[in-house]
Amino acid sequence: MKQQRWIRAGWPPIVVVILVLLIWQLAVTWGNTASWLLPSPLKIMTEGTTDMARVWLHTQATIKIMLIGFVVGSGLGLLLASILHIVPGFKAGFYPLLILSQNVPTIALGPLLIILFGFGVLPKIILISLVCFFPVTMATLDGFMQTDRMMYNYMQMLGASKRQIFFKLELPHALPFLFSGLKISATYSVMGAVISEWLGGGEGLGYYMILQKSSFRADREFVAILVIVGLSLLFFWLIALLEKWIIRWNVKRSS
Amino acid sequence: MSKLELKSIHQSFPSKKQMTKVLSEISLQVNEGEFVSIIGPSGSGKSTLFHIIGGLLTPSSGAVLLDGNAVTGQKGLISYMPQQPALFPWRSIEENVILAQEVAGIARDQALAAAREWLPRVGLGGYEKELPHVLSGGMQQRVSFLRALLSPQELMCLDEPFGALDALTRQEMQAWLLNIWEQNKRSILFVTHSIEEALYMSDRIYVLSNKPSTVLEELIVPFARPRQEAIMQDALFQEMRLHIQGLLRKEVQHDQRH
Repeated sequence: MKQQRWIRAGWPPIVVVILVLLIWQLAVTWGNTASWLLPSPLKIMTEGTTDMARVWLHTQATIKIMLIGFVVGSGLGLLLASILHIVPGFKAGFYPLLILSQNVPTIALGPLLIILFGFGVLPKIILISLVCFFPVTMATLDGFMQTDRMMYNYMQMLGASKRQIFFKLELPHALPFLFSGLKISATYSVMGAVISEWLGGGEGLGYYMILQKSSFRADREFVAILVIVGLSLLFFWLIALLEKWIIRWNVKRSS
Repeated sequence: MSKLELKSIHQSFPSKKQMTKVLSEISLQVNEGEFVSIIGPSGSGKSTLFHIIGGLLTPSSGAVLLDGNAVTGQKGLISYMPQQPALFPWRSIEENVILAQEVAGIARDQALAAAREWLPRVGLGGYEKELPHVLSGGMQQRVSFLRALLSPQELMCLDEPFGALDALTRQEMQAWLLNIWEQNKRSILFVTHSIEEALYMSDRIYVLSNKPSTVLEELIVPFARPRQEAIMQDALFQEMRLHIQGLLRKEVQHDQRH
């Protein structure tokens, strides 16, 4: 039943994608565009398979810094949200600054980070962490603030300590919110990783893209873009799967 | 000695320009093993009274005594059952039952053993590992009651526990709660809007007035224990019901004239 609905909702966009690819292929073959400028879908596919070994190596490097940056950034984000929530006065003092800090495009900090920390992995991980921590902090803080009044009142009537209220009520209550933050961070982390690799270093999908740009290999750029999109989707899907596995009590809300 | 004693509690809250009096000169007591109900018109400051007993609020004046000791403003000394079950949706039924014990600092193993022993006795055997959302409203209230019952504090405060249930479930739950209570006779302070419920279940009833609330009358309910549902047909039951109804109606009319 559910699968049937998925198929029914799934086929129109698939048909659209196939049509677009078909028009693209025909336009390139009959339209006389230079293949180095706009390669056809078929050419991209063949290039992807021939260069697969090298692309895979770079992909591995990107996945590595992406995961480290994501874990560090989200972990710090959760920690920061908890501290802002628990320590009286901190939220009033830091929350507006936190919002303001997001007006700084994190990517603009890239070159500065490279000057400060060199061309190694460290500045890249810092950059990805900076991109990842904000959505997690905001979503988790939101979750803390929306704690169910009835349950909170009940815990108070029991005489629960602040610590007990935090760990037994507020933190588990904020988990669904934390996950919506994590899903945003997951896609951000892929973007952060690629951009940090544009800036320097000798490996990763970002580096591969810069390299292909210098030799006008548009086909290989398309291969890299495809891999990045795939990576983004895969990571998002993994987090969504983890969410479904951990948060089983939300079924009530949907019914 | 009385389990709980409230000595001339007054409570006012600042509003706009003057102080609004919510509770005025409330004195009452709950004796060891006694089932005492508080009944009053809605908005008569019953939840404020509960917050004072629970120690969340320090009254403007007056004292709360537990076993003869002054405990005004101290938290964690009563076991509490709220109006809504307030079960934690991420905890399984047995984990919800042990929550109050956990907060009181009882070892998890011991608390779980007690929960597993009791759940089948209240008709929830087999639901130990389920999440609360699979239970009906009445079953959720049973879990909530069990959570309060297994909590180590001796005095239980029940805040309109059946207010959100439909009439049929409500009657069933009243009989169920009485049956369990008559087996272990904890001291209970029970807040309700329903006159029948108060008469059917309690040993004594305090009738509260409208704001500022004060005790209008204290009634002793003479029916024998264990209580049978048949007492609701009793002439004396009807007479007492009409008497309380009269008291409350006067309060509501009094309120409307203002």
